[in-house]
Amino acid sequence: MKGRIFSVVAGAFLLTVCSKGDRSAVQAAPPATEVSAAGGTISGKIKFTGTAPRNPTIDMSEEAACKAKYQTTPTEENVVAGPANALANVFVYVKSGVPAGQTFTAPTTPVVLDQNGCRYHPHVLGIMVGQPLEIQNSDPVLHNIKAIAKANRPFNVSQPGAGMKTTRTFSAAEVMVNLECNVHGWMHAYAGVRSDPFFAVSKQDGSFTIGGLPPGTYTIEAWHEKFGTQTATVTVAGTETKTQNFTFAAR
Amino acid sequence: MINALLLVTLVATQDTAAGKQVYTKWCAGCHGDNGAGDGQGARHMIPPPRDFTGAIYQIRSTPSGQLPTDADLLRSIDEGLPGTAMPGWKTRLSDRQRRDVLAYIKTFSNFFADTTQRPQPIAFSSAPGGGSSAEALKVGRQFYDSIGCRKCHGDQGRGDGPSAPTLKDDAGHPIFAANLHENWRFNGGGTVEDIYHRLRTGLDGTPMPSFSDLLENKFLTDEQLWRVAQYVRSLSPRATPVVRDVIHAPLLTKSLPHSPDDSAWASVDVYWFPLVGQVIRKERWFAPAVTGVWVKAVHTADSIALRVVWDDRSQSPDTSWLGHLGRVLATLDTDDSSRAQPAPWPDQLAVQFPVAIPAGMERPYFLMGSPSAPVYQWRWSSNSRSSAVAGLARGIERFDPLGAGAGVPTQGVYDHGQWRVVFTRALASADTASQLPFRSGRAIPVAFFAWDGSNGEHGTRMAISTWYFLALDEPVPARVFISPVLAMVLTLGLGMLVVWRAQQKTSYRKGRQ
Repeated sequence: MKGRIFSVVAGAFLLTVCSKGDRSAVQAAPPATEVSAAGGTISGKIKFTGTAPRNPTIDMSEEAACKAKYQTTPTEENVVAGPANALANVFVYVKSGVPAGQTFTAPTTPVVLDQNGCRYHPHVLGIMVGQPLEIQNSDPVLHNIKAIAKANRPFNVSQPGAGMKTTRTFSAAEVMVNLECNVHGWMHAYAGVRSDPFFAVSKQDGSFTIGGLPPGTYTIEAWHEKFGTQTATVTVAGTETKTQNFTFAAR
Repeated sequence: MINALLLVTLVATQDTAAGKQVYTKWCAGCHGDNGAGDGQGARHMIPPPRDFTGAIYQIRSTPSGQLPTDADLLRSIDEGLPGTAMPGWKTRLSDRQRRDVLAYIKTFSNFFADTTQRPQPIAFSSAPGGGSSAEALKVGRQFYDSIGCRKCHGDQGRGDGPSAPTLKDDAGHPIFAANLHENWRFNGGGTVEDIYHRLRTGLDGTPMPSFSDLLENKFLTDEQLWRVAQYVRSLSPRATPVVRDVIHAPLLTKSLPHSPDDSAWASVDVYWFPLVGQVIRKERWFAPAVTGVWVKAVHTADSIALRVVWDDRSQSPDTSWLGHLGRVLATLDTDDSSRAQPAPWPDQLAVQFPVAIPAGMERPYFLMGSPSAPVYQWRWSSNSRSSAVAGLARGIERFDPLGAGAGVPTQGVYDHGQWRVVFTRALASADTASQLPFRSGRAIPVAFFAWDGSNGEHGTRMAISTWYFLALDEPVPARVFISPVLAMVLTLGLGMLVVWRAQQKTSYRKGRQ
């Protein structure tokens, strides 16, 4: 267990340091929520048109331990773009269409939110109601983790040292719960909380996959922190895979 | 059973109906008709009034994220929230009214109706003894640093930490890290227990987190967390300062202390004066950052020195506070023509005297005089720390400097969230018509004004005091000390003489018998 955590942390660290782009946030994405292999799949790619705004650089001079984890000046992760205008960190979920009354068991596997290099990894995550959110600190500095929510109770807890862990759960579906650190005003993460497992976060290449869908017609929403939301209606039958792409306009 | 249920329901509905009446009359002005914290007064205050619809409360006995208990809510209603616009209602409303309004406030959020959200108070431990010992305070200070309090509250606890300028509440409004030297302004109370409870629960809706998880993570022990609370408590005075109207300036035989950190100041009495927002004349200012001044004064045979100390979390102008400044101006409504644009305003302090010591009780208007009765002021700015401009104010909007020759030498030091400025001047004045000659034997009216530039304060947007007094102590003539001693010696001598004579007579009579 310890070894696994270490490798995750070390991996996130190495990726943060080594990758040219902002890959780490996507790579450290939560483990896929387990759904039945049977059923339909909706997958697609997310792109944007126009020019992505530049992510503001972060002045980490107050936190030498975080600053030391970067070779170049770190930036915020408001818009994480891949090749050919692919858009990462888009939360895609089934907004409606899941039969009312159908309940889903939340996985006991936690979604891990790591604070490393004074940034959150992942930057955008999906989690089920009741599923543990394990918040860990890989930095030897004080972070507070504040959840700003409406449907859920908010919380604000502190982690003043490396190795600290806190587990929280959400009690209601909410897109999105904002997570932030007030010690470091640039640290923001977003959690999409759903009562079903039909959600995904787009990867660096803009791709996403939502599987295990019972036959039906669904409204799919794609949410991006800067570019807003888009919806589409998709009908799936049997075990087919339907493609649904989204294109945002950069703003 | 059904009857009992009916009764309970009836009582509950009665409560909220009566509570609504109380709420509409006393609370809605700030908190809004629908409890969304958007009443008429809301945009005149920082922090803004509570939005009840989210059921997020700062002062609780429950873990972060949980609802408050009824007792928690009642405490905030009863005692108010010190340091904010929320007054205590214990003496204004009856027990029944306060309980009714509490029931009504809870109806603004569905969370209170949700039975899965029942609040569970933390079983707080009691304070370990020896909290004021040097050893305990040292431990407290050590953990104050290691759990990161200084990040927002600052190295010396004056709310001037590196993250302080970026702080926002859940709604994005600017929020200050508490100045830990003013425990009488702590929202949840200023005792060691209050401080410890806030460390455990956090202040939900604000950047202040709960530190309870640290105990579970064994980052520190419960006793060590208590030491942090005891250390924080030790930063404030033992007792809340009280206003004493007259500043006594003792006569020094040594030279005048020009530096604010001169050791001569150590033995001089300090006087505290609260400041409030200037809400009388446009443009009004409801959110002053400077809450009071600490004043000392001394004089020699020919000069006076006045030392004014005040806490200010920013050394203005400071570009790192510009974001905060913009948020302050965006949050507060102005009652006038145009909203001010953020600018690098300096910190300022003005000391005000009448032009001449008044013979009777009549004094000029305290708010910077009037055209017919001007006041004499020293205006100091962080942009020019070595001298204050002396001039005549003829009302809040008109200040006429008296020229370079009338300037008052000053020495100003900014140190970890605190300004310390010493003003010096000759007692005598060449221009007795406009520059007050200082003399002993008469109380001299004095008032103070302060501006925190990084809080958007400039012009009429400032913190003000009323008139107080300055008295230059006269040298005490030697006879004051000698006369009582002489009188005592004489009394004793005469008394002994009488006794001796009486004894003589007695022994004489005894001898005769």
